Amino acid sequence: MMAFESLAELVSMGSHGPYVWTAWGATLGFLLLSVILVRGESRGVRRTLRRRLRRDAAVASSPSEDQDEG
Amino acid sequence: MWAFFHKLGSPRWFYGIAARLSPWCWALALALILVGSVWGLAFAPADYQQGNSFRIIYVHVPAAFLAQSIFLALAASGFVFMVWKIKIADMAAAMMAPLGAAMTAIALLSGSVWGKPTWGTWWQWDARLTSMLILLFLYLGVMLIRRAFARPQSGAKAASVLAMVGVINIPIIKYSVEWWNTLHQPASFTITERPAMPVEMWMPLLIMVLGFYAFFAAFTLTRTRTEILRREGHKRWVKELFEERP
Repeated sequence: MMAFESLAELVSMGSHGPYVWTAWGATLGFLLLSVILVRGESRGVRRTLRRRLRRDAAVASSPSEDQDEG
Repeated sequence: MWAFFHKLGSPRWFYGIAARLSPWCWALALALILVGSVWGLAFAPADYQQGNSFRIIYVHVPAAFLAQSIFLALAASGFVFMVWKIKIADMAAAMMAPLGAAMTAIALLSGSVWGKPTWGTWWQWDARLTSMLILLFLYLGVMLIRRAFARPQSGAKAASVLAMVGVINIPIIKYSVEWWNTLHQPASFTITERPAMPVEMWMPLLIMVLGFYAFFAAFTLTRTRTEILRREGHKRWVKELFEERP
């Protein structure tokens, strides 16, 4: 059984709407944001690591070029 | 037992097991929080005294539980790191601390907007509220002190010690509603007694609490994997892993 008769009542929460939705909005908003940040962090670290491994592999396969300059 | 402990302490082993566990934790967190939110917001009956403002309980209590549990976890990780020098404990601690700080802030914020219609005030310098504010500062201290040293190892030790000392605040938070006169009501949930609320009110709360713990597990597993790559990127097993599956 829904506790509310209509969507408007659910939104207004019998005059407590602003309080309830502020608390819920901040909480669910933070959870969503943190999921996005965690994914972005993981991708960023992987990208950096992959780039470094590729560069290391390139350096390892052509050592003479690096030594010419020095 | 000890073999398991040491295996768990190996970043390589943890990286693999966390990869297998984390999707389940994320899925569980999503399902529980979704069900708990719809149930708590739309289906649970309004409180006969507080009306609908009581629906804030469904985010306030899980956030406050996590805020305290994560600090306990920080102190435990700090202890494991200091005594057995297990690096993975320190990595996990570093990764979970911001979530604990955020949960403390959310508990304070949601409590504040709940206090206004219920107590008639946003804030009161009473024992429960003040000790939670101190918890927020402790979290910020643990996070900042880690970055305050030139050597990461020194920062890790300082953060561990501060977490182990600061954990004294957790029993103070817990018993604050009993030791001092406070506006805050005593615990809604205890392990030994049935809740005073009817089942259609506490069931969504239980679901939300479990959902938040699943979120904490998923968050920590995923971020600790990322941290392992960040710190151990030069190790051979990481290189081999990325060559196999670039």
